[in-house]
Amino acid sequence: MNGDAIVVEGLTKVFNKNLVAVDHVNFTVKGGEIFGFLGPNGAGKTTTINMLITILRPTEGSAVVCNHDITKDANGVRDCIGVVPQEYTADEDLTGIENVMLCADLYGIPRDESKKRAEELLKLVELTKFKDKQVATYSGGMRRRLELACGLINRPHVFFLDEPTLGLDVQTRAATWNYIKLLKKEFGMTIFMTTHYLEEADMLCDRVAIIDHGKIIVTGAPNDLKESLGGDIMTLSIQDGKEDISDLIKKVPKVKEVKRQDGAYRIKVVDGEETAPTIIDAVRAEGHKVTRLSLTKPTLDEVYLEYTGRSIREEEESKEGFATQRMAMRKARGARAMGGHP
Amino acid sequence: MSRNNGNSKNPLHGLWALTNRDLKKWYKNPIILMLGIIQPIIWMSLLGKAMNLGGMFTNFSPTLPPSIPLPLQEQIKAAMSDLSKQAMTQIFGTADYFSYMAVGMMSFVVMFTAMFSGMSMVFDRRLGFLNKVLSTPVARGSILMAKILSAVIRALVQATIVLGIAYVIGPLSVGPNFTVLNLLGVYAALFLISMGLSSIFILIAIRSTRQETQMAVVNLLNLPLMFASNALFPASLMPEWLQTITKINPVTYATDATRQLILHTVDMHQLAIDFLFLGAFAVVFSTIGIVLSWRYLSK
Repeated sequence: MNGDAIVVEGLTKVFNKNLVAVDHVNFTVKGGEIFGFLGPNGAGKTTTINMLITILRPTEGSAVVCNHDITKDANGVRDCIGVVPQEYTADEDLTGIENVMLCADLYGIPRDESKKRAEELLKLVELTKFKDKQVATYSGGMRRRLELACGLINRPHVFFLDEPTLGLDVQTRAATWNYIKLLKKEFGMTIFMTTHYLEEADMLCDRVAIIDHGKIIVTGAPNDLKESLGGDIMTLSIQDGKEDISDLIKKVPKVKEVKRQDGAYRIKVVDGEETAPTIIDAVRAEGHKVTRLSLTKPTLDEVYLEYTGRSIREEEESKEGFATQRMAMRKARGARAMGGHP
Repeated sequence: MSRNNGNSKNPLHGLWALTNRDLKKWYKNPIILMLGIIQPIIWMSLLGKAMNLGGMFTNFSPTLPPSIPLPLQEQIKAAMSDLSKQAMTQIFGTADYFSYMAVGMMSFVVMFTAMFSGMSMVFDRRLGFLNKVLSTPVARGSILMAKILSAVIRALVQATIVLGIAYVIGPLSVGPNFTVLNLLGVYAALFLISMGLSSIFILIAIRSTRQETQMAVVNLLNLPLMFASNALFPASLMPEWLQTITKINPVTYATDATRQLILHTVDMHQLAIDFLFLGAFAVVFSTIGIVLSWRYLSK
């Protein structure tokens, strides 16, 4: 697909008249690229995706997905997109193939065509062997793959993935990444995904937008963003850190920037390995004792930290627990829905 | 990758697929089907057989004053038994209460299926299935119609089973002019009431994510719908205020129509009124449902 796949202008969603979930967001996704929305839990990622896939009405602003306006021509959008939601939405009582065929029917794909596609897709996600088994017997990874197959049945131009590897183990996550890369490579599909996994965004996405509190903070290719930090990041703590020694550190050559955060110093530095000893010497020469030192090559987490003053990893921890809990709750609810099915 | 999703798209595409999904969930779980049937069986075999209203008079042997000569006593007893049969037939339309309430049970099972139809809407929303469906080009009205349609089909299948069981437990005193055509009329009446009722209950569930609310509504409405109708007892014996309620209760019209068609000789005028009411009921509420689904299915 040529040109822009998604153009978003001033998109805003306000819940209950006072909770601003997405706040005047602007971005463009080019045709054929993998675009990632990176941010912590509650940043507005899912709300944005729900507006783009036309299941949530924006309060303000507009968005065009494959040349169809999401509010004025919602059906045009629906026809050309595929969606893999965060939840497992496949029907547990039906078999794998029945679920894929159900999705095909929702798009109005003729039977002879949809049967062919369903078999192809189940083969692609390696579920052919299990296609006649009830989804209730599937593992988490299998379910995620089935969701992929369902989302691809209409051969979408733009594929939306909401947290595609949430709650998956390391191997299944790597396999899912391979499928996503395959879709881009083989079919030139435009992919819009949300994630709070930094390595996922770093590895998969051509460009990412970092979103926090409903606002896009920065957009760019992961490498550009990391390079924009201007070097390695050194964190340094000293004993009795009441005195501000930022100016002292700044005098050291190759130090680009010093920020004092929670008593520690965040230092941007070129050639970190060589500069670090020089910094330590300079600090010691003034009679301070270094208690802690770390040196990191720039990651997207550093980018996030740079712009928000918080680390995405800390927030990830709590989200992981939240996701597990939610999954367990859904299982319990599902069991009740089926009249005590184990 | 070329896209070919069949451009000559039927506006109703997906309707049957969604209906079929709900039906599959139902018949793949025979336990649920059985539980739905057991309740009317209990009602029929316990209440229907225990409340032997006809027998109240035929098994009644009054002690008459000895001054009355014996042959006259026999005559009086015979006359009373005859009178009681007449009373039953006039008020219940049949001399046999079991047949009377067994047909009422068909409305009962249809009513219950319709009441719980909103529940699956709530679950679809909670489990994210509804969101997935909403992101496809299937018509919003079809999403709602599929729920209604699957409820109607389930209701009709269950009503058929109830009728079959009533016939087996029996005896079911079928009317003298009963034909297959009457049976079609029965299905038409039950189709209309289950369409109207399930539309109402699915509408209540359209934005809801709490099954508790649905349960509360069902609990609140099932007794009035059931007892403020002629399903178990003739409305003509009820006080006037209650009769007024039975006159706006669609269950009354469905039960009257099915009873006329199965047990009695048909009164065309009354039957026409029944169908007119049921038809209007079904059309009004399913239309409201489809119109509101455009507005309220997505948030």
